[in-house]
Amino acid sequence: MEVTLRVFRFNPETDERPRWQEYRVTVEDYATVLDALIEVRESVDETLALRCSCRSHICGSCAMRINRRSGLACKTKVREVADADGVVTVEPMATMRVIKDLVVDLEPFFDKVRAVEPYLQPAGPPPEREYIASHEDMENVKGAQACILCGACVSACTVMEVDGSFLGPTALAKAWRFVADPRDAADEKRLTALSGPGGIWDCTHCFMCVEVCPKGVAPMERILDLRRRAMEAGLTDNNGSRHSQAFVDSISESGWLDETKVAIRSTSGPLELLGWAPVGIRSFVRGKVPLRHYKRPGAEHVKRIFRRLGELDGKGRRGRPGAGAGARAATPSNAPGKAGDAQ
Amino acid sequence: MILSPMPEHDVLVVGAGLAGMRAAIEAQREGADVALMSKVYPVRSHSNAAQGGINAALSEGDSWESHAYDTVKGSDYLGDQDAIEILAREAPAAIVELENFGVAFNRDEHGRLGSRFFGGAEHARTYFVGDFTGQAILHVMFEQLLKHGLTTYDEWFVTQLVKDDQGAVRGVVALDMKSGRLELFRAKAVVFATGGMGRVYEPSTNALICTGDGMALAYRAGANLLDMEMVQFHPTTLKGNGALLSEAARGEGAYLLNKDGERFMKKTAPNKMELASRDVVSRAEQVEINEGRGVDGCVLLDMRHLGAELILERLPQIRELALEFLGVDIIHEPVPVRPGMHYQMGGIKADVEGRTTLDGLFAAGECACVSVHGGNRLGANSLLETVVFGRRAGRAAAQYAKSVGAPRVSEAWLRDEERFIASLFDRPPGERAAALRLEMGQTMTRDVGVFRTGEGLESARRTIAELKERWERVSVGDKGRVFNTNLVSVLELRNMLDLAEAVVASAIFRTESRGAHARLDYPKRDDANWLVHTVCRHTAAGPELSTMPVVITRWEPEERHY
Ligand SMILES: Cc1cc2nc3c(=O)[nH]c(=O)nc-3n(C[C@H](O)[C@H](O)[C@H](O)COP(=O)(O)OP(=O)(O)OC[C@H]3O[C@@H](n4cnc5c(N)ncnc54)[C@H](O)[C@@H]3O)c2cc1C
Ligand code: SF4
Ligand code: SF4
Ligand code: FES
Repeated sequence: MEVTLRVFRFNPETDERPRWQEYRVTVEDYATVLDALIEVRESVDETLALRCSCRSHICGSCAMRINRRSGLACKTKVREVADADGVVTVEPMATMRVIKDLVVDLEPFFDKVRAVEPYLQPAGPPPEREYIASHEDMENVKGAQACILCGACVSACTVMEVDGSFLGPTALAKAWRFVADPRDAADEKRLTALSGPGGIWDCTHCFMCVEVCPKGVAPMERILDLRRRAMEAGLTDNNGSRHSQAFVDSISESGWLDETKVAIRSTSGPLELLGWAPVGIRSFVRGKVPLRHYKRPGAEHVKRIFRRLGELDGKGRRGRPGAGAGARAATPSNAPGKAGDAQ
Repeated sequence: MILSPMPEHDVLVVGAGLAGMRAAIEAQREGADVALMSKVYPVRSHSNAAQGGINAALSEGDSWESHAYDTVKGSDYLGDQDAIEILAREAPAAIVELENFGVAFNRDEHGRLGSRFFGGAEHARTYFVGDFTGQAILHVMFEQLLKHGLTTYDEWFVTQLVKDDQGAVRGVVALDMKSGRLELFRAKAVVFATGGMGRVYEPSTNALICTGDGMALAYRAGANLLDMEMVQFHPTTLKGNGALLSEAARGEGAYLLNKDGERFMKKTAPNKMELASRDVVSRAEQVEINEGRGVDGCVLLDMRHLGAELILERLPQIRELALEFLGVDIIHEPVPVRPGMHYQMGGIKADVEGRTTLDGLFAAGECACVSVHGGNRLGANSLLETVVFGRRAGRAAAQYAKSVGAPRVSEAWLRDEERFIASLFDRPPGERAAALRLEMGQTMTRDVGVFRTGEGLESARRTIAELKERWERVSVGDKGRVFNTNLVSVLELRNMLDLAEAVVASAIFRTESRGAHARLDYPKRDDANWLVHTVCRHTAAGPELSTMPVVITRWEPEERHY
């Protein structure tokens, strides 16, 4: 079949700004976007730069944006993404600096992976033989070990887009893999570090990373699980967990969100709160903050739901933010995309 | 651009797959200043692709002797038995180490490591992580690399080995992909762990980066290559694009059928059937296909009787591949497969400490030939080789580095290489590297494939010689310096052509059939004359062939029955 690739081109040695270039090639019916790009590189234009190696979605080299969506070129069938005119648009990953054409600078990406101390830190010397670990625990860890560090999730992340200091879905999923591993003994240190700025509380639950991951790693689910674990470990002295708790409290008290209260309870004190004043004022002017926060009709029902969930949880009235208001945290590996989103 | 002072290390490891990373970690543990260089980021290395698993005699009732014997027999007695003993003895500790590093190996009901059967083995001794064992291990090894804070040069393409005035290897010249700059790296010892050369063939199960660079560079620098004719064809690669369907399928009980629905393996391997060693199964398939009992150039891999549940739990990737590329659902239909180029048993001659025939150069992993695989590698023995011999080569290189003074190599190496690269850019528009590679690959598959004849090999020799000549006219269309993959592909093609020549010459030289080397004009194994390794040396006049004895410790050659 015939396909027209509309490719983002940028050569730092000759181009002042990026440009588009179109290539028309003939490929097999089952061809992937990578096959088509290789056909271009081999028989049409040898100057096209891209990374690729395995052609079987395991090496993580070929992540890019195809019709604006981040993913692996070798896992994307041409016939599934070509539009009515047979056109497919190909761009480098977002949130990363372009080196040339489809090749981006991965150093910041790997720096963030490095930042979470991504290696097993067991207690004491290793045992004589293997660690004894349950099949379930290993299956659970396996879910995150399937990550190929392709970067597609980072490219799609809505927070990375605006905030370069966010550790991001890849690094956080990697961090989860150790916190969830029964062989690792550094949970407290890890969770403390991850609760800081740029960590687990900066994710906005936008689901993009879950959607684009070619390996079903579902980073967001792992981030939510890290939050739950951090709060259970008593790491509540940060805006993220305060916000989360205030959120649950507000809903369970009045049946809806009291922005003012949540803002007051989320911040560490009056000084920090003052810093948020401009946002508050703007929200007020735009009618986002009602003058009076009253109990919603039906608030009693909401309260009952919380009480019941609390009983089920055996943890009292307080919800378990991060896993949906009061819901039991879904195990990421077996329920990707299922945990409730409270915000 | 301001050049930083010439980089220098005690040990420079080239290649960041499993063998290279393991070597680097060990060299550092030995106290050496180590750096690791790779043409792709370490986690992109081809070790990723291993699906099936890694072998060790760890379970009750199994023994290292049994593992070693299976390996010797699998090798068609061409493997060196001292090296195989080391491989089998050190395997259990190597697997436990990987587990301790953090690999989430499959467990049994007691929380201990659980294994599966693989071809050519008497016991279930293959340990695995779902169907992505290689990737899981590679990434955990990468984690250990970060833990040890090792220096890495990522996306640096090595173009040349450099020597001091005494002829000892003391560094490399490499191309920084991101800037296009060449740099001279000095080192007291260099370890090559540059992986396989699958792209010499078309099709191949190997990744696009498997171009045998290390083998070719060492060969041109004067190192001996061993048993290059021993190229493994995997019995189950998918019709069409040649993707690998893991041996796990047959490990779980899949059948191979001809067009009459007959399990033809009963003719050649009545006991082990589909789980005979790979050379045996690939040949049996090719015979069915050649004698008209195939289906459209293939035979059928049938998993229907395994049931949907087992297929979905244990073989999901195989099902996905068949569905994706052929629209075949293995739960309901058999899938067409054929033998496909998969692995190079031969490589840079190395002893059990990784020492090559060049002073200062060590080698480990698929680029090396120790030789533990001999004429035919058993499934899941290759990952094992990378960690066992990677560790040994790293240790030996670090110890060697302690015994030599500061590396003294001339800047002329760098200038020569710069001139050479400039001459490539200056070539007038000519042939494309991709077209030549395709011709080479198809020639190799046709004439140096599952079955070989003197005539076919001669024809391959002529074609490769012609292609080498044509390479001189291949041009680099991309004149830029930054991330020039076109330039790299021209350099890789040069490496592959040298290796193709070595493979063909070695195959012509060995006038018998052994392991993966099956000659229709010499159909019998000939222990009287050919129980020896093929040694291939580079000379200006072309490959020079000789032999070297095989090390036999306790298993005398017997006829192979499966
Ligand atoms: C599809 C498939 C499935 C397999 N399944 C199994 C299995 O189940 N069990 C098993 O035991 N084996 C299996 N194998 C074989 C096994 O995966 C490989 O033999 C093994 O991983 C090779 O590891 P390595 O460390 O030697 O090389 P690789 O992992 O290939 O690494 C080579 C390294 O060298 C670097 N390099 C190469 N050239 C240069 C250069 N010029 N400059 C700088 N760096 C360079 C590369 O960047 C890379 O980092 C399989 C192979 C394939 C193809
Ligand atoms: S869910 Fe969180 S981590 Fe994932 S893409 Fe959205 S903001 Fe980023
Ligand atoms: S989590 Fe998924 S998308 Fe993100 S890097 Fe890993 S494999 Fe790629
Ligand atoms: S080429 Fe390896 S993931 Fe696409």
